[in-house]
Amino acid sequence: MTTFIWVAIIIIVLSIVGLVYRLVKGPTPSDRVVALDAIGVALICLVGLFSIIVDTSFFLDIILLLAILSFIGTIAFSKYIEKGDIITRDNSR
Amino acid sequence: MTILANILIIFFISLGVLFLVVAAIGLFRLPDLYTRAHAASKSATLGVMSILLGVFFHFWLMENHFNPTILLGVLFLFITGPVGGHIMSRSSYIAGVKPWAGTVRDDLKPEIERMKKEQNIK
Repeated sequence: MTTFIWVAIIIIVLSIVGLVYRLVKGPTPSDRVVALDAIGVALICLVGLFSIIVDTSFFLDIILLLAILSFIGTIAFSKYIEKGDIITRDNSR
Repeated sequence: MTILANILIIFFISLGVLFLVVAAIGLFRLPDLYTRAHAASKSATLGVMSILLGVFFHFWLMENHFNPTILLGVLFLFITGPVGGHIMSRSSYIAGVKPWAGTVRDDLKPEIERMKKEQNIK
C-alpha cells in the first residue's frame, strides 16, 4: 500500500513538471493562469497522499485552504486580465 | 473486509492519478488557450475529486476516523473548478486572445460586438 502511494506521488510530481513547462512557455498570461490553477489542484492531491503516508489527519485542513486560495487567485487574475483592475471603484455614489 | 477496502482505495486513487496525467498531457499538447482550459478544468477537477475520495475512504475504513473536511473539499472543488475555468476563458476572450486557426465557428464574437455597441450608445 505504501509503495502504491509513493508511485502515485511520483507520477503526480512528473505531471507537475509538465504543467511547469506550460507555465514557463505559455504564449499569453491566461495560459500561465490556467497552468497555475492546475498546479494548485495537483498540490491538493499531493497533500492528501502525503497525509496517508505520514499517517496523520492534521494536514487535511490544508486541502480546503488550498482549494479556497486557488479559486480566489484565479478569480482575481481573470478580473485583472479582463478589466485592468481587481476591485472596481463604485461611481454611482 | 480489509482487502475490499484496499481495492476501493486503490481504484479511486489510480483513477484520479490517471485523470491528472491526462490533464497534464492536455496542457502540454493542445494548441490553444480555450482547449487547454477545457482540459485543465474538467479533467483535473475529476482527478482531484477522485483522489480525495480515496483519501477519505482510507481514513474512514482503515483508521475509523470520519473526516467531513475532505467531503467539504470535494464539494468545493466540484463547484469552483468549472467556474474558474469558465471565468478565465471568458475574460481572456474579452481581452483579445485569438482562438486556434482551425476554428470553424465563433458564436461569441457577434454577441461581444453587440454588447460593445450598446455600451457605446449608452
